[in-house]
Amino acid sequence: MNLHEYQSKALFAEFGIPVPRGRAAATPGAAADAARELGGDRWVVKAQVHAGGRGKAGGVKLANSVEETAALAEAMLGTRLVTRQSGHAGLPVDTVYVEAASSIQRELYMSALVDRARERVIVMASASGGMDIEEVASSTPEKILTVAIHPASGVSPWQCRQLGFGLDLTKGQIRELQSIIGKLVTLFHRCDASLVEINPLIVDGDGRVIALDAKIDIEDSALFRQQRYEDWRDEGQEDPSERDAREHGLNYVSLEGNIACMVNGAGLAMATMDIIKLHGGEPANFLDVGGGATAGRVAHAFRIILGNPNVEAILVNIFGGIVRCDLIAEGILTAVKDIGVTVPVVVRLEGTNVRKGRQLLAGSGLDVVPASDLRSAAEKVVGLAREHGS
Amino acid sequence: MSILVGAETRAICQGMTGSHGSFHTQQCLEYGTRVVAGVTPGRGGEEHLGLPIYDTMREAVDATGAEVSMIFVPAAFAGDAILEAAAAGVGLVVCITEGVPVLDMVKVKAVLAGTGCRLIGPNCPGIITPGACKLGIMPGFIHRPGSVGIISRSGTLTYEAVWQTTNAGLGQSTCIGIGGDPVRGLNFIDCLELFEADPGTQGIILVGEIGGNDEEAAAEYIHDHVSKPVVAYIAGVTAPPGKRMGHAGAIISAGSGTAQAKFKALERAGVTTVRSPAMLGVAIAEALD
Repeated sequence: MNLHEYQSKALFAEFGIPVPRGRAAATPGAAADAARELGGDRWVVKAQVHAGGRGKAGGVKLANSVEETAALAEAMLGTRLVTRQSGHAGLPVDTVYVEAASSIQRELYMSALVDRARERVIVMASASGGMDIEEVASSTPEKILTVAIHPASGVSPWQCRQLGFGLDLTKGQIRELQSIIGKLVTLFHRCDASLVEINPLIVDGDGRVIALDAKIDIEDSALFRQQRYEDWRDEGQEDPSERDAREHGLNYVSLEGNIACMVNGAGLAMATMDIIKLHGGEPANFLDVGGGATAGRVAHAFRIILGNPNVEAILVNIFGGIVRCDLIAEGILTAVKDIGVTVPVVVRLEGTNVRKGRQLLAGSGLDVVPASDLRSAAEKVVGLAREHGS
Repeated sequence: MSILVGAETRAICQGMTGSHGSFHTQQCLEYGTRVVAGVTPGRGGEEHLGLPIYDTMREAVDATGAEVSMIFVPAAFAGDAILEAAAAGVGLVVCITEGVPVLDMVKVKAVLAGTGCRLIGPNCPGIITPGACKLGIMPGFIHRPGSVGIISRSGTLTYEAVWQTTNAGLGQSTCIGIGGDPVRGLNFIDCLELFEADPGTQGIILVGEIGGNDEEAAAEYIHDHVSKPVVAYIAGVTAPPGKRMGHAGAIISAGSGTAQAKFKALERAGVTTVRSPAMLGVAIAEALD
C-alpha cells in the first residue's frame, strides 16, 4: 500500500529524519493559509498522487507569493495528473503539499528495501539524485552504492561511513547521514515498509542533509499489524475495480485486452493470460479467485469482470484442489443467471469433483462453452471473442 | 525413489486444530502420510483426528521423534512457528501459510542459516512424494508415482504440470511448491541439486514466474551442474510492470524479473522451454523419450 508524500514526510518527522516544513491542503484557501503559516517568500506546491515523475508532468511548481501558491493549488486540485508512472488516465489530485522552498547544493538518492536475493533489508544510495533511479541503475550501475543490514546487528556505523564517503560528503554531513540511515532503517522495520525512498536527499544551501521528497510503501501482508496506515489509505488513488476485488478477497488487476479471465491461483491466472495471448487474444485482466473460492465469490468476480466495457468473452479456468469443481459450476450458473452475462463464457474445469461440475454446466441449458483442457479453452475463447467483437 | 519425504517420513502439524490445519491434516492422513502429532499452544493433552496434541514443538518431537513439521498457523504467528520447529530439531519445515510479512521471513532466514533445518514455503502448496507422503494442500489424486521431479513457485499451476505428467504416463518422483513469496525457504537451485542426485528422478519440470532473479540463477546452475533433462515454463509474459500479480513475489520492477529475460536465460543454459503452459507434459515426455 502506498502512502502520499505528505504522509511519508509526517512519518519521517516522527522518526526524526529532517524534512522541510510543509502543510497538506485540499483547497486553494488552505494552500494560501499554509504558505502564510510556513512563512518565508518562496514555496513549492506539490500534487499528491501515488506516482513518480510528478515534476516533469507539471505536478511540482514553485510559487513566489501567497497568491501564487493559491493559484497553483487551484490549477492542480480537482485535475488528474498524468505522469510516466500513472497510466493513461492519470491520478486525481485531491490534495497538494505546500512546502517552504529549499536551496539545493547537491541532490542525492537514498532508499531502503528488501533485497530478495540477499534476503536482507538493504540501503541504496547514489550521488545521482533527483533522477529516475531505474535509469541510473541500468546506465551507470557503478554509481549505486548498497549496504545490506544483518537482522542481528542492525545498521552499523561502518556501513554509513561507506555510503557517506562514497557520496563524497563532508565529515559533518556523514554524521548527519549516519543518523538519517539509522532512523530510516528503524522506520522501515517499525512500519513494515516494503520501500522507503528519498529522491532527492539534498545537501541544502547551509550544507545540511535533508529529505526533500519521501515515498513509503507499506507491505500489504503486514497491514494486519499496521492498522494506522490502513486508515491512511487514499482510495481515490486506487483502481475502483481492484479495490472492490480486494474487499471481496479477490486479486484483480485490470489490463487493456478484451478477454476476461477468472482463475484459481495466481500462477495459473498468469499462465491463463499468457496462453490467451499465445493464441492470438489479449487478456482484459488478471483475476485470482483464491484457494477458498465460494459460489458467492465467483459471482462477485463475474460482476467485477463485466464492469469492464471492453470485455468480449470470458474464460473461467479452475483447477480444483481444495476448491470443488461442482461448487464453482454452481457459482458460474448463479452468476450467469442473476447478472445476465451477455458475452460468451468458456469454462475449463479440472480436478476435484470435475465430472459433477461438468454435468451441472452441461445440464443447465445456459450458454456456457465447455473446454476439456487449457489449450482448447484458450483457442475457443479467442475465437468467440473475435466473433462477438465483430 | 524421491527427495526430502517418503513413506517413512513422520510429521507433526503445527496448527492442526484450526480449520485449515484440521481439514488438510485429515486429507494427508487419508493419503497415507504418517502424521503423528499436532501442536497447538494451550491444548496440550487433547486428542484431535485421533492424534495427540502438544503445547510445544519440543514436547511433540521428544514424544514422537518426528523429523518434519507442516505449518498451518495464521500469518501473524507463522515466522515464530518456523523458528520453534527449527529449535525443536526437525530437519524439514513445510510452511503452507499465506501472507507472512516479508520482514518476519528476513529474520527467520537469518536464524535458519545457522541450523541444518530446511524450509519449504511459506505461501506454498507443500511437498508430495506420490503414493508415499503428502504434506500440503495439493489434491492427492492427480499425482501418480513416477519419474518426473517438479519444482514450482505456484500452487494450481503446479497441479497443471502434475496432471499433464500423470496423463502422459510418466508420473512424479516428488513435487515441491517452493512458494510465491520474495523471501522463502528452498529455492530452485536447492531442489535441482536434490533431484539431480535422486536416482528415481529422470527429468525435471521447473515452473517459474515473473519477479526476482531466481530462474536466471537456476539456469546458470542447470548449465553447470544438472545432467538430467529440464523443461521450464515461466508464467507472466503478459503481466504489466510494477503491478503485483497475486503473489507477493510476482512483480516486475524496473525491467528486471520479466518472463522474457527468464526464458532467455533458461534457453541459453540449454533448458527446453515451453511458451504454452499446456505443453509441459508433452515436452517432458519428448525429452525423456
